[in-house]
Amino acid sequence: MADLTLQLLGLQLFTGIALGALYVLLAIGLSLIFGMLTVVNFAHGAFYMLGAYVGLWLLMHGVNFWTALILVPLAIGALGLLVERTLIRPLYGRGLDYPLLLTFGLSYMIVELVRVFFGNTGYPVDTPDVLQGAVDIGVGYFPLYRLFVIAATVVVLVGLWLFLERTSFGLIVRAGARDPEIVRILGVNIARVWLIVFGIGTGLAGLAGLLAAPLQGVIPEMGGPILAESFVVTVVGGMGSLLGAVVAGLLVGVVVSMTSLFAPEMSRVAIFALMAIVLLLRPQGFFGRAGLMS
Amino acid sequence: MLLGSATSVAPDTSERMRGFLSFAQRRRAWLAALFLILFPLVAPFKALAAMILIYGLYALGFNILFGYLGLLSFGHSALFGTGAYFCGIAITHFGLPWWAALALGVLGGVLAAAAIGALAIRTLGIYFAMVTLALSQCLYYLFYEATDWTGGENGLTGVNVKTINLFGFHLDFVNPIVHYYVIAAFVIVALFALSRILASPFGAVIEGVRESEARARASGIDVARVRFVTFVVSGAFCGLAGALLALHLSIVPIETMHYDTSGLAVMMCLLGGMGTFFGPFIGAAIFLLLENLVSLYTVHWQLIVGAAFIACVLFFPRGVWGTILQRSRT
Repeated sequence: MADLTLQLLGLQLFTGIALGALYVLLAIGLSLIFGMLTVVNFAHGAFYMLGAYVGLWLLMHGVNFWTALILVPLAIGALGLLVERTLIRPLYGRGLDYPLLLTFGLSYMIVELVRVFFGNTGYPVDTPDVLQGAVDIGVGYFPLYRLFVIAATVVVLVGLWLFLERTSFGLIVRAGARDPEIVRILGVNIARVWLIVFGIGTGLAGLAGLLAAPLQGVIPEMGGPILAESFVVTVVGGMGSLLGAVVAGLLVGVVVSMTSLFAPEMSRVAIFALMAIVLLLRPQGFFGRAGLMS
Repeated sequence: MLLGSATSVAPDTSERMRGFLSFAQRRRAWLAALFLILFPLVAPFKALAAMILIYGLYALGFNILFGYLGLLSFGHSALFGTGAYFCGIAITHFGLPWWAALALGVLGGVLAAAAIGALAIRTLGIYFAMVTLALSQCLYYLFYEATDWTGGENGLTGVNVKTINLFGFHLDFVNPIVHYYVIAAFVIVALFALSRILASPFGAVIEGVRESEARARASGIDVARVRFVTFVVSGAFCGLAGALLALHLSIVPIETMHYDTSGLAVMMCLLGGMGTFFGPFIGAAIFLLLENLVSLYTVHWQLIVGAAFIACVLFFPRGVWGTILQRSRT
């Protein structure tokens, strides 16, 4: 009996990590965009939802899952570039609230446009054939697809880390997050850096949406709750801190899955209680707001 | 000749305009009250007119925080919704009279504001919007799960008030015109209260904190406390608006708590002009009239809302009333 409970806990822990992986992808995008552009992207949930729908559309048109995994982040990232260039750029220097309000309005438009093309009802999304079934992970059988979500997130994180730490463009990004003024004086075209960072952030949101689609299906409203939850993650982890986003994302995922094991009706409220505790004890979050990746 | 006459007329009208606007500023509560009394005579439907009042009051409560104090909250649906639910629960579960239910609605708004405010005030600037949104989402789930009390997904039904008894008078609340004026009476009281608060020393402190936190602090003002108290005052107004909504609709839909409803307050304020006395009402009126009109032609009303939101932020940040005020000053 004790063995069974331990097994259950172990499996639930992994379920939490898989859920947390999605939060990590979303929160990293939010944090990256905020750290560089000081823009809180209220359309992040909408980009996530759009990623899931673009993925669904591609799969319906015979594109295989692996290609979709490349195409979706590129498409949503490209849309992000367009949004930054045309809508957000005119607002720099006009206060923090304006870009926030603009992206909020944008999320309305994205959600409604999806309703126009796909209807109000949701669709289930099939798990790709190769990733169906379960594997023994020591504590019991765990769905292969959830393991894949964890693995994909690790790959993305490592890639992002290498990009930020080992490339000259990454160096500019990190410097720009610390002090955009100096970076501009040194002759760097910071507007271009901001553009690309926004694209990377929205691309990650799109990827998270596609990864989530086989787990929960797609509906136009799927971005709303997860936006609030990724805000919790960024507040808990500390805005602008990528390490904070990773730690807090996994923590929030585990908290959700553990409470749904013991008190299912409290599972959606628990993370807000977690945020309240963090706000009371450490208002700046786990990792404050230092530079990127520090 | 033509040009000459034009230039001689122009300052005259702007002079008159300025005179009217300064009159409107001094007698703002009276003017608004007069308009609300005459409004049903021009409004197409009484029910819509009542909705404009209720959402106008809600946007007004939001504007105290956003426009006058300069804090952007995305959690005001929680204050509005708690007010509506408290009022509805008082009537359906406890059979309390309408006035007690309204008072409980205001209390609900105050309590929700105190809870959210106490936590959210600890973080500022960009965090504030995120934290208020997250906390309102938390309240949304709590009310959603408490099915026995709130009706959950179906909303709280049966908030029926048929007659309003006041000092021996029996008013027929089912009659649309009486219905409107009962709601208008409360909104007018709220308008006078707000006008009084804004004209008080505390009102000056609120705007002082918005303009320069450092100077306010140097003048010996406890900025954190001002923010908290303003949040709670805002909650009282939003709670009253929510309670009136419950009476008006005889149902409290769960969507009242949804964060889209928070966005509504932001939109109405932005549209009408944030930090202006008449702005929220003008914004609510434009928004709801437009919604009624557009809904006749398409179900995709949200598309227009989103586009209007973006257009306002990009090209029209002062809103309708704010733009009129600014034009008259230059």
